[in-house]
Amino acid sequence: MIVFDRVSKVYPDSSVALEEVTLSIEPKEFISIVGPSGAGKTTLLKLFLAEEKPTDGAVYYESINIHTLGRKAIDAFRRKVGMVFQDFRLLPNKTVYENIAFTMEAANRTDEEIESDVPHVLELVDLTPKIWNFPRELSGGEKQRVAIARALVNEPDIIIADEPTGNLDPANTYDIVQILKKINDLGTTVILATHNKGIIDLLKRRVVAMERGRVVRDDKTGKYFV
Amino acid sequence: MFWTKFKRILRTGFFNFWRDGTVTLASVLVMMVTLLVIGLISFFSAVLDTTLAELKNKIDINVTFVTSASEEDILDIKHTIESLPEILLVTYVSRDEALSLFKARHSSDQSILSALDELGENPLGAVLNIRARDPSQYASVAEFLESGNALSSGGLTIIDRINYFQNKAAIDKLAKIIASADRLGVALALFFAAISVLIAFNTIRLTIYLARDEISVMRLVGASTAYIQGPFVVVGIIYGVVAGLLTLLLFLPLTYWLGGTTENFFVGFNIFSYYLRHFLEIAFIVLVSGVFIGALSSALAIRKYLKV
Repeated sequence: MIVFDRVSKVYPDSSVALEEVTLSIEPKEFISIVGPSGAGKTTLLKLFLAEEKPTDGAVYYESINIHTLGRKAIDAFRRKVGMVFQDFRLLPNKTVYENIAFTMEAANRTDEEIESDVPHVLELVDLTPKIWNFPRELSGGEKQRVAIARALVNEPDIIIADEPTGNLDPANTYDIVQILKKINDLGTTVILATHNKGIIDLLKRRVVAMERGRVVRDDKTGKYFV
Repeated sequence: MFWTKFKRILRTGFFNFWRDGTVTLASVLVMMVTLLVIGLISFFSAVLDTTLAELKNKIDINVTFVTSASEEDILDIKHTIESLPEILLVTYVSRDEALSLFKARHSSDQSILSALDELGENPLGAVLNIRARDPSQYASVAEFLESGNALSSGGLTIIDRINYFQNKAAIDKLAKIIASADRLGVALALFFAAISVLIAFNTIRLTIYLARDEISVMRLVGASTAYIQGPFVVVGIIYGVVAGLLTLLLFLPLTYWLGGTTENFFVGFNIFSYYLRHFLEIAFIVLVSGVFIGALSSALAIRKYLKV
């Protein structure tokens, strides 16, 4: 279970990104965080990954305060979380295979596991023919599917997707959302930040709406706007 | 697990070096300039050393004895001088040898030779040629000789003249130049080495700056510090080795081309044959510097981006 306990984040230029956000996320939940740009969605996710420290309050994962963890514990924790970004963030000098293998290597998996799991996960996102291509040779939708494969391959407890469809056309958007849904059906918690109304209406899952750093609405089977 | 990790870090390093074509080219070239400077500095100090040694060898003092001095007395003095710790070598030139040397030197000057014949007897005194271990020590040697230690048994000085006192100004000046050239050489070498190392460091820092997004992605997928840093250090080491090998190769035509010039300019010092004779030594210096600069710059430059 993930708990944000009265979390505030004020950046050094004293702009307030989050203000006393309290939120709990159950295991196996599919939660969408919506709101306009600057509402604090990305900051919330960054705090969860210990990329940023909260100014006030605490973030817990399975009753452990994430921001009290040391370097090694943070690395180990991040291996349990799969990340998908709007700008894909693949490693440009590595092939599709190596991009995914890198995550497994980082998690100290054996060479045998890597050789069997990487093709398998690429099959899941339907990208087997591109296994030896470099990211620059892929389309946006393909890149995002590699990113999802990378996020999935270590069988994480949680997948975090920050605007994963922001750079994609409607058809690819639909595909990505279906893949995320499938992942969730298999038992992984999914946290999705988006401002794409279509996705939310399609999902019919829990929606948390944010505005100016505050949670303004938390709807169990939500729609984007009332 | 350690070996698996080590193998993976090496492999990733090699791939990154190979695939990042333009960055690799630029870094290797800059590193080459640095190693070229370091290599040239070692040549330069060799040139300086041999030239200084050559100059030091050229400094000596001659003690000329009166023509009536007996060979025994002179040899006595020779022994006394030889026993001094600052003395490297004392050569005795007898009156006859002095004469034949003089004749040989003036063999083309008929008037001098005929004047000598006219004289009928050998006007030249015997000479002790003295070499000290260090030019600065000639003053004390000369003073020692002046202070009456070179008196014949009869109590009369048998020393006609010591050319140190004639050459004193020149010898002092040369001793000073040698000392300060030594110091200046070291200072200049350190200065240029420092600058070129900084340039190499900055270039590698730039390559890592280019990879900063990648590094943050690696951090976010939970890769450990060693596992992120390792391949960059490997790439730095490869830069050093490749640039080092190219530099050593480049020195071949460079020193060959400069060889004749240096031989004429610095008495008998041929930079090309010096390079061939000291190849292992220079290769060691250049390669170790390259590896050291490459690895250290990478390791230091990446730290900033690992804080995510």
